[in-house]
Amino acid sequence: MPEAVRVNELTRKFGDFTAVDRVSFVVERGEIFGFLGPNGAGKTTTIKMLTGLLRPTSGSARVAGFDVGREIDQVKLNIGYMSQLFSLYHDLTVLENIQLFAGLYGVGNDRFADRRDWVLEMAQLAGHQDRLTGELPLGVKQRLALGCAVLHEPPILFLDEPTSGVDPISRRNFWDLIYGFAASGTTVFVSTHYMEEAEYCHRVAVMNRGRIIALDRPRSLKAAIQEPVLEVTTAAAPRALEVLRDAPGVIEVTMFGRAVHAMVEDQAAAERQIPEILAAAGHSVESIRPIEPSLEDVFVSFVHRSGGTLAE
Amino acid sequence: MSAISPLRVRRLLRKELRQMFRDPRMKRIVFIAPVIQLVAFGYAVNTDIRDTKTFVIDHDRSAASRELLEVVEATGYFRIAGRSERPADLVRALDYGKAEVGIEIPAGFSRDLASGRGARLQVILDGTNSNTATVAQGYLTYIVQGFARGRAAAAGALPSGGVDARVRAWYNPDLESRVYNVPGVIGMLILLMSLLLTSMSVVREREMGTLDQLTVSPLSAAELMLGKTLPATLVAFIDLFLVTALAILWFHVPMRGSFLDLLPAALLYILCGLAFGLLISSVSRTQQEAFMTMFLVLLPAIILSGFFYPISSMPEIFQWITVLNPVRHFLEIVRAIFLKGAGIADLWVQYAALTVMATGAMSLAIVRFRRSMAM
Repeated sequence: MPEAVRVNELTRKFGDFTAVDRVSFVVERGEIFGFLGPNGAGKTTTIKMLTGLLRPTSGSARVAGFDVGREIDQVKLNIGYMSQLFSLYHDLTVLENIQLFAGLYGVGNDRFADRRDWVLEMAQLAGHQDRLTGELPLGVKQRLALGCAVLHEPPILFLDEPTSGVDPISRRNFWDLIYGFAASGTTVFVSTHYMEEAEYCHRVAVMNRGRIIALDRPRSLKAAIQEPVLEVTTAAAPRALEVLRDAPGVIEVTMFGRAVHAMVEDQAAAERQIPEILAAAGHSVESIRPIEPSLEDVFVSFVHRSGGTLAE
Repeated sequence: MSAISPLRVRRLLRKELRQMFRDPRMKRIVFIAPVIQLVAFGYAVNTDIRDTKTFVIDHDRSAASRELLEVVEATGYFRIAGRSERPADLVRALDYGKAEVGIEIPAGFSRDLASGRGARLQVILDGTNSNTATVAQGYLTYIVQGFARGRAAAAGALPSGGVDARVRAWYNPDLESRVYNVPGVIGMLILLMSLLLTSMSVVREREMGTLDQLTVSPLSAAELMLGKTLPATLVAFIDLFLVTALAILWFHVPMRGSFLDLLPAALLYILCGLAFGLLISSVSRTQQEAFMTMFLVLLPAIILSGFFYPISSMPEIFQWITVLNPVRHFLEIVRAIFLKGAGIADLWVQYAALTVMATGAMSLAIVRFRRSMAM
């Protein structure tokens, strides 16, 4: 059995702009593979090339063992796709959407009733099948879109920022579904710009400016960080962030809830200097302590290490 | 390319029809708009003249001049809106739009008429609306000549040596513009429907993001094209039946030929519309863009079709351009079938032209559409 996805030096240019720059990776069967990065990093463009929506400028990719350039028809039979737009027809009812996508993917009459009931239950829409899709809450719409994308039980599922704009509880529920698919052997390829979601993946590729700058298990990525991270709590975190941004010995600062995370060159020196710098600017430090880095810190660190700046 | 799957096409068709008939705006466009357009062109856009306001200066004030004016008014084309003896009043009436036609009868009119030497009178027309002016001029000349002939005959004089033209209009003896306009509306409506429905439905999916969802599915470009064009074809034919029935039953436009001869022409013509609709949808990113592009195509197609302005009075280069316009050929077919009772055999040139254009435009659309789907 071949790997679910094998990508080799995949590149896509739009005019002079290189959206995806010589990207290579392999996704194993049954894996939840995360694509992490800010908007514009090239995640969506990569997924579009893997699903036949965009043609690569150069390089190659195989999905379910088929070449996305020459054997796209076979690729399409093996994948499910859902994007951030939840592309359902709002002017059709729940059932009509299910019927349409079942028809498009060749789910015949013998299997249809089973699959329909499965989607209705999964989306918690049993008894609401005649409601217009446009009237449904966002979280429910998102589950229905996922259901329609997997009606034909594809071995590989592509999810392009499936949870953007949805509340945290719906997001958590959605990830339970993703775990369910992975447990039954489906390969899930998911992109996100939520760092905490990336922690749920088996492996994460960190993307910035069209390149993959790190690829590993979330735990290993965090372990690979050499720079210490300090959590600084003050009364006015946003202003403290501005002050620390240009302070000596500070590599990068990010907001984290009401605290500031500062990645520094030397832990002891920073623990001494930061309260002094902030005090000089009129801010008193409530607490300062070293913490285990989050994936967000990992991201910042790898961008720093690759000598680049953030996209956006 | 994989074979066309009946299941996929059927489900897509069902979806398209549901969306079309669920949208109240769409229902209005498809069923009400044709009726409104037909009524507007049947009643309001009337190039005939009726009760044209006429101002009279009668210097002669004779029995003959009074009789002439009675005849003029009795035709129903003119209504005498004012009289005066001062020419300045006529000028003012024309200036202020109180009259569109002025008739000045000189002193000695009845004497000249009786003498047989021929009488003169002056007609002044408001040329702002050149159409009304031309038609009024023609009618007045015709009426006055008839009047003069009648007087001469009554006086026992021999007919003068002038040419006695008796005009008869064939196919439309009363020269009613409605009889000419209503079949033209059929051509315009069908074009509008086939263009609008195809161009909008594809672009709307692109805007909503649902086109991507269809593209990643096993649905092929050919299947998607069928799904988009068949419903539009259906609607165009429904409108054809609706408007033809109204034209015959309500406007009493004579149907001298066979409706069956009209059907193949309509199909070819609709194919042209669908092809252009698909082309527009494959180059447009948004519905607004598609809508603007559609009008950029539609307006010249109608202006250069002979619907409003006769092709024979266009500059020669434009006359040649109209040969490439499917609307022109379809209008010729519709009018000839309705009014002249012509059949396919009489109109084979137009049928052939439509066949060539439908085939060419469709081939181009298929190639372009497939490319825009495949990115």
